[in-house]
Amino acid sequence: MKKRSTLIALGLLALFVVFPLVERSDYYRHIFIIALMWVVIGSSWNLLAGYTGQISFGHAIFFGVGAYSAGICTTKLGISAWWGMLLGGPMAMLSGLFLGWICFRLRGSYFNLATLAIAEVFRLVAIYWRNFTEGMQGILIITSFRSKLPYYFLALGLAALCVFSISRIMKSKWGFYFIAIREDQEAAEALGISSFRYKSLSLMVSSFFTGLAGAFYMNYMGFIDPEVVFSLYFISIMAILVAMIGGAGTIWGPAVGAFVMVLLQELFRSSFFGYAPKWVSDAHALAFGLLVILAIRYMANGVVGDFPRILNLLTRKKPMVSGAGGN
Amino acid sequence: MSFFETKRLTKAFGGLVAVNDLSFTVEESEICGLIGPNGSGKTTVFNLVTAYYPITSGTIHFRGRETNALPTWKVCKEGIGRTFQIVKPLRRMTVLENVMTSAFCRTSNSTVARDRAVEVLHFCEMANKLDYPAKSLTIGDRKRMEIARALATEPKLLLLDETMAGLTPQEQAEGVQLIRKIRDSGITIIIVEHIMQVIMNICDRILCINYGQEIARGTPSEVANNQAVIEAYLGKE
Repeated sequence: MKKRSTLIALGLLALFVVFPLVERSDYYRHIFIIALMWVVIGSSWNLLAGYTGQISFGHAIFFGVGAYSAGICTTKLGISAWWGMLLGGPMAMLSGLFLGWICFRLRGSYFNLATLAIAEVFRLVAIYWRNFTEGMQGILIITSFRSKLPYYFLALGLAALCVFSISRIMKSKWGFYFIAIREDQEAAEALGISSFRYKSLSLMVSSFFTGLAGAFYMNYMGFIDPEVVFSLYFISIMAILVAMIGGAGTIWGPAVGAFVMVLLQELFRSSFFGYAPKWVSDAHALAFGLLVILAIRYMANGVVGDFPRILNLLTRKKPMVSGAGGN
Repeated sequence: MSFFETKRLTKAFGGLVAVNDLSFTVEESEICGLIGPNGSGKTTVFNLVTAYYPITSGTIHFRGRETNALPTWKVCKEGIGRTFQIVKPLRRMTVLENVMTSAFCRTSNSTVARDRAVEVLHFCEMANKLDYPAKSLTIGDRKRMEIARALATEPKLLLLDETMAGLTPQEQAEGVQLIRKIRDSGITIIIVEHIMQVIMNICDRILCINYGQEIARGTPSEVANNQAVIEAYLGKE
């Protein structure tokens, strides 16, 4: 079993390595690069929310801090934005520690709301601290490569590293402790688990990888502004959607969710490649909202979590008698 | 100094004094019963010892160290394990994973934790249910798993909060045997229980409290015949 899943993972990796060599269109390469970046963000969000039970509405903080770390390397330090790939993770981790220090004294929906509020604070600071961040003007850098290939392989490397690290963590003491905190924080404390310490550790790993993704985004896109990288809708909510649709609390869920969501987003943005009327592209927020409602109603464990059920439905067998009975 | 000792332990929730000036000691490898009518403050005492509530005044000493300033998880590391009256299984984990989680209290190595968890589950006679999801267990098994989980943290002192409530007579008898077995392995036990048959059977000493205050202490037969205890449970004539 263990060997089989390793083989599947290596097989997938090989497919992804071959893909851009076969598919020469920059458009599809771009979509895959963005999807791979979302694998990183979704998996990170999932570590904190899906596994540790601390649902964050503020992952844009880490993405933004990562992206701005890279951008400011160029605008203020005059060095390559690639240094941001080193700096972005640790800087995001610092902001994660700050967030945790404030928010982990709250539980449940109060925690969610606090993360949401602090993310807005970061966005506003990025807008108004013009000397440092260039404000709404944003940061524009000259990207290093014209070809998509280097970016593609970097994104693939990041995604693989992130998924691999998280799957390793979840098999270790940390993983057990994270899930224990999600299931029952009071019981966890009685078992010798410092919930504050382990929630902070989970948040640190999560923010580190999200920051890396942010730094990558700066280097790849060449332009950021606060409304994009600190966006509640485009980053924080999207991170939640990616993990929820794919399957929160599973290793592969966010990876699948990233591809589903990025493809959907692209379909709507392009009005189904021009086949649908133009207003469709304006309705994508509405469509995503409906999608979430339907997903929670019929597929609460996401594509990966409910995969056996979906398979049964498709092969028209009787639904499995599930012992689930709620959660 | 005693193995475990509280001095003038007091807890007030606003104007309500739930535990009032309670001093008691527990000696190593005895089973000490803590009884009292509903609402007399038994579970509050446990919650004070394990630092779920901050103490209003008084001290708690365990093996020569003051533990009342420690957070809950450090109390566990000091060697005080507990179960909950309303069981708290980690629902979406298997029985083995539940116990492994607590075995990580003394090790960071997954293999060691796993071996230790399997060993404890054997000890608690749950070895045939390792892979059951915790949420699928009967109440009897949940209580047993809760004990196993506390044992896997390798406590020196175990606080059992109504581990027999809601069990069938058969399960109760098995539970009593398990508690004896735990004591024989060298672990000191404080037990809160409403089922008198159980308490009278296994305790070396009993402390009876009402309104958070001590009303009697002594051997089971002394306490059972104490006038104040009878009045607390049945009322005055």
